[in-house]
Amino acid sequence: MAEPMGFFTDTTVCIGCKACEVACKEWNQLPATNGGHGTLSGDSYDNTRQLDGIHWRHVKFIEQFSPDRSQGRWLMMSDVCKHCVRAGCLEVCPTGAIIRTEFDTVVIQSDMCNGCRDCIGACPFGVIGVNPVSGTAQKCTLCYDRMKVGLEPACAKACPTKSINFGTIVDLKKMAQARMGQLQQTGETRAYLYGDDESMLGGLNSFYLLVDKPQVYGLPPDPQLPSRNLKASAVWSVVGAVVVGLMSVFSFRNRGGGDV
Amino acid sequence: MSSTFFTAAPHWRWLIVAYFFLGGLAGGSYFLATLMDLFGKSEDRPLVRLAYLIAFPAVCVCGLLLTVDLGRPERFWHMLVQAQTFRPMIKAYSPMSIGSWALLLFSGCAFLSFVAVLAERGWLPWPPLLRLNPPAPLGRLVTAVGALLGLYLAGYTGVLLAVTNRPVWADTTLLGLTFLISAASTSAALLILFGSFGGGSRDGIRALERLDASVLVLEGLAIAALVASLGRVAMVWLNGWGLLLAGVMLGGIGLPLLLHWRRPSRDSRWWIGPALVLLGGLTLRMVVVFSSDGL
Repeated sequence: MAEPMGFFTDTTVCIGCKACEVACKEWNQLPATNGGHGTLSGDSYDNTRQLDGIHWRHVKFIEQFSPDRSQGRWLMMSDVCKHCVRAGCLEVCPTGAIIRTEFDTVVIQSDMCNGCRDCIGACPFGVIGVNPVSGTAQKCTLCYDRMKVGLEPACAKACPTKSINFGTIVDLKKMAQARMGQLQQTGETRAYLYGDDESMLGGLNSFYLLVDKPQVYGLPPDPQLPSRNLKASAVWSVVGAVVVGLMSVFSFRNRGGGDV
Repeated sequence: MSSTFFTAAPHWRWLIVAYFFLGGLAGGSYFLATLMDLFGKSEDRPLVRLAYLIAFPAVCVCGLLLTVDLGRPERFWHMLVQAQTFRPMIKAYSPMSIGSWALLLFSGCAFLSFVAVLAERGWLPWPPLLRLNPPAPLGRLVTAVGALLGLYLAGYTGVLLAVTNRPVWADTTLLGLTFLISAASTSAALLILFGSFGGGSRDGIRALERLDASVLVLEGLAIAALVASLGRVAMVWLNGWGLLLAGVMLGGIGLPLLLHWRRPSRDSRWWIGPALVLLGGLTLRMVVVFSSDGL
């Protein structure tokens, strides 16, 4: 197996140029939204709005303004599939279409997916969607095809500010720690890493440097695996089944000989 | 805020709601029929036959609904067979994977019991088929396995919702229990309705009515526990969905119970109670599925 690969996204240097989005769309030949007819969000400069089956990269604009708009803050973050070491989508996929690759990334094989959409609800980060052209669930592959021939993913290649960094997880973690130290030296004490350690789903192979709470970036504070509910749900269902069974037996056996 | 609010909706809509409802009816009817055959009286046999006649067509519709709902319906078989290796596709920790197998195997049992009933009634004149009816050993085996699979089919749909990361669905572990109990109450109601028209014995219908009343009490408790288990997430039901859920509690559970307990005699409006139970069961699944989809 090749070494685990991934992304380290430093949101502090993202300028919201969306070059990553365009590069991703071009390389992966993803269709345009609404047949190419532009649709504006109406309340944000962000008109992509979300990750889904035809947007595998999404530059989030977090636009925070005071009511009179005299004070403002922009946060930008290029979001993507987290390629979780313990992946919820891979856990639930009933067709085996979702696999872990030799690069420790998570890929949906479009020719095997039948579009049941179980993975969409199972992903703790809401990154998966249906591509209307293929009718299957799709998301970032971390440019598996490019990695196979030694190229870096299209988004990282296109990023002009080195906000998106691609490499081995070991190297990326070193890079992230160095950047953390640099920021703290300059007085940016809010900076922290999201998803770099094993406590979050075994580690996210796409992890982030953030300067505010995860919720502000639209990231879950405590992402979990869907299977956490399996055992308890199954036990309660069995208890229910036994009670209903006993009630049925009692009702069918004890007729009491008359009206009730 | 629960981390489930940061996820995307799978857009499971009417086809899935209909599947959850019909799957519950198919599995629940088969389960009740088998227990009625085992523990009931010989006069109950018409009701048992009726349930088996309901279960198979219902589960066939279930398969169609699920297939049509897929983004690529022609690949429905990928649920059961690995497309690349052609080996069986089974994932023990994926409720949808195991549910697909349960649906297939239950369909098989439901089909065997269906043709056995046709043979019993003389509509399918092939005597060997009668061996598929209890008390013949093969019949006992088929119905016992089918009843267990039917029960699984009735409840796994709720577990499937819980094993996601969606708001409401993944914020409780009681959906499987609630759906299973609701499947029992709606199946009993369906058998009461059809049985009253279709020659079910009065004694058998009364046994089903008694069962439905007790299961409805249990269902009310399960829904109350479900809402309590959601904690602050239950606030998402402070809207039309909450009103509909209250409607399920009052109109789909409370009112049928009241009609059952206060029933002076079997008057011309006897069908209202079971019809409300069925409507309540469908509405319950609508509320659970759609209220999360919009978040």
